[in-house]
Amino acid sequence: MGLVSLRRSAGCVLAGLLYLFAASGVIADTKPLKLNTTADHSKFKELQREFQSGPEVTKACLSCHTEAAGQVHRTKHWKWEFLNPASGQKLGKKEVLNNFCISIASNYSACTSCHVGYGWKDASFDFTSEENVDCLACHDTTGIYKKPPGLAGHPQLKDVENPPGSGKITKGIDIAKVAQKVGKSSRDNCGSCHFYGGGGDGVKHGDLDSSLAAPDKDLDVHMDATGLDFTCATCHKTSSHDVAGSRYTPTAMDKGGAHMRGKEDKSNPATCVSCHDTAPHKQDARLNTHTGKIACQTCHIPEFARGGVPTKMSWDWSKAGERDAEGKQIVRKDAKGHIIYESRKGAFELGENVKPEYFWFNGDVNYTLATDKVDKTDGVTRINWLGGSPDDGKSMIWPVKVFRGSQPYDPVNKTLVKPHTAGNDDTGYWKNLVWDKAIEVGMKDAGLPFSGKVDFVKTEMFWPITHMVAPKEKALACTECHSKSGRLAGITGIYIPGRDANSLVDTFGWGIALFSLVGSVGHGLMRIASRRKHEEKENG
Amino acid sequence: MVERVYIFKGFERFWHWSQAALIMFMMLTGFEIHGSYALFGFEKAVGYHSIAAWTLIGLWIFAIFWHLTTGEWRHYIPTMEKVLVVAQYYSSGIFRHEPHPFKPSQLNKHNPLQRLTYLGVLLFVSPLIWITGWLYLFYGNWTSWGLANLKLEWVATGHTIGAFLMLAFFVSHLYLVTTGHTVTAHIKAMITGWEEVESSDAANTQAGTEKSLSNQPWSPS
Repeated sequence: MGLVSLRRSAGCVLAGLLYLFAASGVIADTKPLKLNTTADHSKFKELQREFQSGPEVTKACLSCHTEAAGQVHRTKHWKWEFLNPASGQKLGKKEVLNNFCISIASNYSACTSCHVGYGWKDASFDFTSEENVDCLACHDTTGIYKKPPGLAGHPQLKDVENPPGSGKITKGIDIAKVAQKVGKSSRDNCGSCHFYGGGGDGVKHGDLDSSLAAPDKDLDVHMDATGLDFTCATCHKTSSHDVAGSRYTPTAMDKGGAHMRGKEDKSNPATCVSCHDTAPHKQDARLNTHTGKIACQTCHIPEFARGGVPTKMSWDWSKAGERDAEGKQIVRKDAKGHIIYESRKGAFELGENVKPEYFWFNGDVNYTLATDKVDKTDGVTRINWLGGSPDDGKSMIWPVKVFRGSQPYDPVNKTLVKPHTAGNDDTGYWKNLVWDKAIEVGMKDAGLPFSGKVDFVKTEMFWPITHMVAPKEKALACTECHSKSGRLAGITGIYIPGRDANSLVDTFGWGIALFSLVGSVGHGLMRIASRRKHEEKENG
Repeated sequence: MVERVYIFKGFERFWHWSQAALIMFMMLTGFEIHGSYALFGFEKAVGYHSIAAWTLIGLWIFAIFWHLTTGEWRHYIPTMEKVLVVAQYYSSGIFRHEPHPFKPSQLNKHNPLQRLTYLGVLLFVSPLIWITGWLYLFYGNWTSWGLANLKLEWVATGHTIGAFLMLAFFVSHLYLVTTGHTVTAHIKAMITGWEEVESSDAANTQAGTEKSLSNQPWSPS
């Protein structure tokens, strides 16, 4: 037996002994630990009690996390307000309108089920209240925490008969259990609102829906639940409760390169470049020449709404209001069971696996607000629009979901309007199907004038696509753009080989090639003919 | 009477044929990239075109070295003498079965029209293709090279013009190959190195001309 094999067998014996040692309980005595946190909230006395309301839970949270509410108070998630520093426009959910459910004015109790607070039922909500911050919306890990529309952001804690008189009981939430199990925000937490924007699963964004709760690699290479398993916050790196990334001031072109630990970097951490840098293609460096003009998303998100959840592509409010023979509201569905008409909302078109439209985008997003003039004769009113051009040095070609619709406006004052939709009252459109009353209430709530006349105007909204990043094998093939009628057929200001050609040069070029050919053939024929003559002469 | 003259040396023939293959392949892939047809698919066409370009660059490095060290570059020095005579031959004499007014030799392998054409290709078409092609290959480096204001459209258009000129040259070249003493005389010369040239009485009357051509401008006499 050589020295080496002796050593090896000694090693085996030692390993075996260690195993026996462990099995006999010496190592097993160590208590099991949650390795991703230093605190088990179920052990905190403050949370081992009954809670009568959400704010009571928040008070308990704040007894330790003393600065948390103050941090939340500074964020868009709390204020629903954003001052665009470039345009000076006052934006945020509180201010803007869209062509989905239109506006939150007068509809607070329904809309604020997605507010990180409790009790925002009208314009008088106290934004300085610390106990009204809802910690659980973002930190629930149980999945049972829900905030139904109509309760102004409160969860339902008691059993309720819903609808009243139906005998159907909706169980209340055990909020103490939720509080004892709080943890870091997951895709489910963010998704409970952001997957459902626009009033339902996948409706608004197209690249955010419930299929991203546990996606496979094909749907999203980063969030792949059995792979990299990114949470939203892996990219939307959150600091002091302020979540990075913005729809109002997106980063269209990131020249900053990858972020480095320890190096101060105030640029957006949610861009592709912030991890992948500006020359990410290692195998085929030629692809890096695209990164100066083309957003990563353009090639790497070939289609949106790929997870089996359709997204709304259009919404025609002017078709709303139909009733059946008994005067009841109507709901129509397509072959797959997805709603395509509702009396209270109008007609929809849905899309799955949708190819985006492409635009030059420099990060500027401007809005048509309810105070801005709108002219129906302009054709289509853009509720928001993306700045950008091929020459400004700040723009990249981006994939965009363009959401088209038709919605009520005031033909006398020439403004878009904010109707009162949700609410179990005499004026809410969803219950009563009467526009002028609904708009009067909504506009009054928003402090805006309304003439009493209602017409409909076509609108568009532009939603840059950035989620549902496909694996690299599924990125766009070259010919998707490098061809005559490819995806970028409508993009001006750049020369795309395979798409573009100078027609004069082509005509001239093929011309001289043909001229050479015809000249050669002609010359050759004349030679053949002259040879015959020559031979005839010699033979004759 | 037919006389055999050794015109094209081994390396020269290798250079000619490998360059011919590369240029044909680059026209094939290049016009696909241009969007004229679909054959390999854009991605593969670009890859092949680039590989062929680098190969051709390598070949040229050897070819330039060979031309400089052997003095063969002198075959491309232009001359206007007898240009008209040669032109006249191709436009009329050839149909009357007159002998070619130029007799190639090792010292003077190209007739004056060839000299002018090849020099034109060397001085105009090749630089146009090479410079634009090089810029195309290094599109990603333009900014760091201080060429941020250069537009791809200009480069691509210049490259395309060069490609069309090369195509026209290629077509004419293919035809003119057949205009030797026999239809295959020229192509045989480029394969074996040996050219068959007619040395009839008529040709002998041109001998003075041939001599004067071969005497200049670097005649070893």
